[in-house]
Amino acid sequence: MSILKRIAYFVGLPLLLIIMWWALTLGEPNFYVPTPAQLITTFWEVWAGERFATDFLPSIIRLFIGLIATITLGIVLGILIGSFRWLRSLTEPLLEFFRAIPPPVLVPLFILLIGINDQMMIFVIISGSIWPVLLNTVEGVRAVDEVLSDTSRTYGIHGFSRVRHLVLPAASPQIMTGVRQSLSIGLILMVISEMFGASSGIGYTIVLFQRGFAIPEMWSGIAVLGLIGIALSLISKAIEARVLRWYHGVKEVQRDS
Amino acid sequence: MNSRMRNTKVSNAILGLTGILLFLLAWEIAPRLGIVRERFLPPASEVLVTLFEYFGEGAFWKDVGETMLAWAIGLTLSVVAAVVLGLIIGSSSFLSKSTYTTIEFLRPIPSVALIPLAVLLFGVTIESSLLLVIYASFWQVLLQVLYGVADVDPVAENTAKSYGLGPFARARYVVWPTVLPYLMTGIRLASAVALILAITAELIIGSPGLGYQIALTRSGGAVPEMYALIVATGIIGIIINFGMRFIEKRVLAWHSSVRSEVGA
Repeated sequence: MSILKRIAYFVGLPLLLIIMWWALTLGEPNFYVPTPAQLITTFWEVWAGERFATDFLPSIIRLFIGLIATITLGIVLGILIGSFRWLRSLTEPLLEFFRAIPPPVLVPLFILLIGINDQMMIFVIISGSIWPVLLNTVEGVRAVDEVLSDTSRTYGIHGFSRVRHLVLPAASPQIMTGVRQSLSIGLILMVISEMFGASSGIGYTIVLFQRGFAIPEMWSGIAVLGLIGIALSLISKAIEARVLRWYHGVKEVQRDS
Repeated sequence: MNSRMRNTKVSNAILGLTGILLFLLAWEIAPRLGIVRERFLPPASEVLVTLFEYFGEGAFWKDVGETMLAWAIGLTLSVVAAVVLGLIIGSSSFLSKSTYTTIEFLRPIPSVALIPLAVLLFGVTIESSLLLVIYASFWQVLLQVLYGVADVDPVAENTAKSYGLGPFARARYVVWPTVLPYLMTGIRLASAVALILAITAELIIGSPGLGYQIALTRSGGAVPEMYALIVATGIIGIIINFGMRFIEKRVLAWHSSVRSEVGA
């Protein structure tokens, strides 16, 4: 396939949609839908100025801290629970229940317990997005190859080095699947916790605009969230490609043979 | 072997039950000993009693009904739309190539970003919930259907073609059985997401349902009621999870191998 054709496939439909959007908003100014040019200028005005430091950055920092804590906690607990059968049986029904609670209902609970502050939002992010990482890690640890496990035991690999060189690599494909899911849940919970109770942040700003009927500004906020979502998915793909390079290599060899 | 397997199953169940009891015990003792103030965390017994009282109230079941209605309608619409679009897009290489960037661009947009839009367009009604539920669950199903269509065995497809099966017969007898396991995975994922978004919409926008009641109990300071309602949403979540796994098993009973889950 020629490069030109590839580019056409890549940008064709998005371009068509933008042209349609432009053409449809050309005539009568619509109250609900801004024109593309209007959105771009508003986007720049709103998010490149003061709001970048007062709303955008705090949201991103909270999200970042929450996700790092989620992933660390999820992997550590997952390895612990996955390694001991009795612990797994003990916690399984409980985990099943906690995972089934829709995470947004925990926002009012954490507001009650912690109050409206940064810690509350970080806790909300952790409490909702930890389950995919935790459960996938447990599954991954459980499914470690028996032969590899016995071999490393025979060689006297125990404790930390066993986790580092056997368990973590073996479970990493599963863990990455969990991490990918938890990223998008984390973003959702960041927005929800800010919409519910906060005095700064992207979610708070969007609701503020919507209540003030500042429609182009509101759309620009929605666009910011969309861009963060896309950035997160690109970042997770890049990390996954790096961490799991060996795994995809193995898969390819298996497929070829 | 058989009795041994049953033994491990029994001991697993006992351990699991012990886990739940230990958790409830800790929850009961912590506020009673004053480790956490009762105003913030009422003891487990109080919450459970409140929950049982809720079970006897008509208003509670009406709220559950509202939530489940938004869940069911949203899930059904998004599954139908995703299956139709997925089959159309997936079966044409032109369409699947040209829609790729658009799908990859729209999919990661968090559905909660649409909350202000839903409020503006629909206000405090079930349509607001539906907008969020449908947007969130549509992508889960669409992606799985696209994976499924891409997985159709070309040999089977060509064989069917040379036996003179038309496009509809091929879709029915070749594509559909391949897509079905993927579709069921998609529906299972989407059903959990749909519940989350239905309750989120009620909680934040204020459309009627369980989520709205939780927001009310919080602002009214009715703490045991709030905990009871949160536990109730967890129970609904569990019922949906188990129900979907059960349906999946039934629908795919004919499938020779229990297909391992496709990483979503």
